[in-house]
Amino acid sequence: MVSAMAAAAARDTAQIWQWLEEVTDPEIPVLSVLDLGLVRDVRWQRGTAGEELVVTVTPTYSGCPAMDVIAQSIEQALRDHGIERLRLETRLSPAWTTDWLTEKGRSRLREFGIAPPAGPAAPRVVDISGLRRRRPEHGIACPRCGSADTALLSRFGSTACKAQYRCNACLEPFDYFKSH
Amino acid sequence: MNEKLRRPLFEYLLRLGDNVLILGQRLGEWVGHGPALEEEMANANLALDLIGQARLWLTYAGEVEGRGRDEDRLAFLRHQHEFRNVLLVERPNGDYAHTIVRQFFFDAWHCLLLTELKKSADARMAGIAEKSLKEATYHLERSEDWVVRLGDGTEESHGRMLRAVDELWTYTGELFQADAVDHALCEAGIAPDPSGLCEPWQQHVRRVFGEATLPVPGESWMQSGGKQGRHTEALSYLLAEMQFLQRAYPGAQW
Repeated sequence: MVSAMAAAAARDTAQIWQWLEEVTDPEIPVLSVLDLGLVRDVRWQRGTAGEELVVTVTPTYSGCPAMDVIAQSIEQALRDHGIERLRLETRLSPAWTTDWLTEKGRSRLREFGIAPPAGPAAPRVVDISGLRRRRPEHGIACPRCGSADTALLSRFGSTACKAQYRCNACLEPFDYFKSH
Repeated sequence: MNEKLRRPLFEYLLRLGDNVLILGQRLGEWVGHGPALEEEMANANLALDLIGQARLWLTYAGEVEGRGRDEDRLAFLRHQHEFRNVLLVERPNGDYAHTIVRQFFFDAWHCLLLTELKKSADARMAGIAEKSLKEATYHLERSEDWVVRLGDGTEESHGRMLRAVDELWTYTGELFQADAVDHALCEAGIAPDPSGLCEPWQQHVRRVFGEATLPVPGESWMQSGGKQGRHTEALSYLLAEMQFLQRAYPGAQW
């Protein structure tokens, strides 16, 4: 009876979304896979061997080494909750964007010392007019002191999703989760 | 799948995958040797993006071929003449000017190509292109900034950029040459005619070089053959290093 109830609960996708909220990013442990907008869909589907749970994931950067770990963590977490038939599906289009980061995720990033993406990800177009005057991204607020007087140090940081900035007010360097 | 298209599509996917795989491997060679810590990380991050893209293209290539070859077998167990990358990406790193000019020539072309491939009749190809383009555009922003900084920099950096452009220009013609594979996919609406990318690419190079105070080379004889598997000696050394582990210890994993 108990296992029948557990099985019924597990069939509820709302419950599965809740479980996924506990799966975190290995590099930025304050973010869940839902905060990152990686999980696009959760559904039950009739497979060859009966009903299976299909979790659709959209990867962040093509070369992000954390993606494999994240996929394994999702699988492990759901198996720990008793989901036996499980398949992860990768969806590339529409491509992942930082616009899918949740509000909670953004404020957690800030508390963690990483500046969250500034505004919506503008479609990046190849435009070289005024190349010399071009500044990567303006006014990224320092996650420590809040000053907008910051400057880019490097377009690339410790992971594919981050760039390095420096705060001119408190003089501390910081990571910026770049708009993508 | 249309059987007539299977072979050209496989070839074309190898070209796309090999371009980013080989350039990614080249950039990886900079790790530990970068001129500054920031560039160290930039090269490693670029390499990761490119190798990640290569995995998507080569996995698809293996599926299209239908002989059970996966991304790893295609990357590690093909010989030099079976690689389909353009010659430009296998050129040695040289000094930083060479690396930057090679990257800029490639990034500018890559962005144009991926923009077209986003409209491909092949939905899987369009999806990989859409994803890759977001990364490639960021790469281009960086490489063209460096072209301007080094070109319009000191006498030393300007001179090095001139030499790099002079040496690498001859490898750019191949990017725009169409062969039977291109024609077959172009006709099917799967890929663009590469010759159509030439004018916008040159225009882009002219504008960036203008800012960088670098002259754009004129018409000249161009190298070719990489797309058809005729490579320079430089590729053999790269493959010897990249493939060593899987050749010496087949199936090794960690």
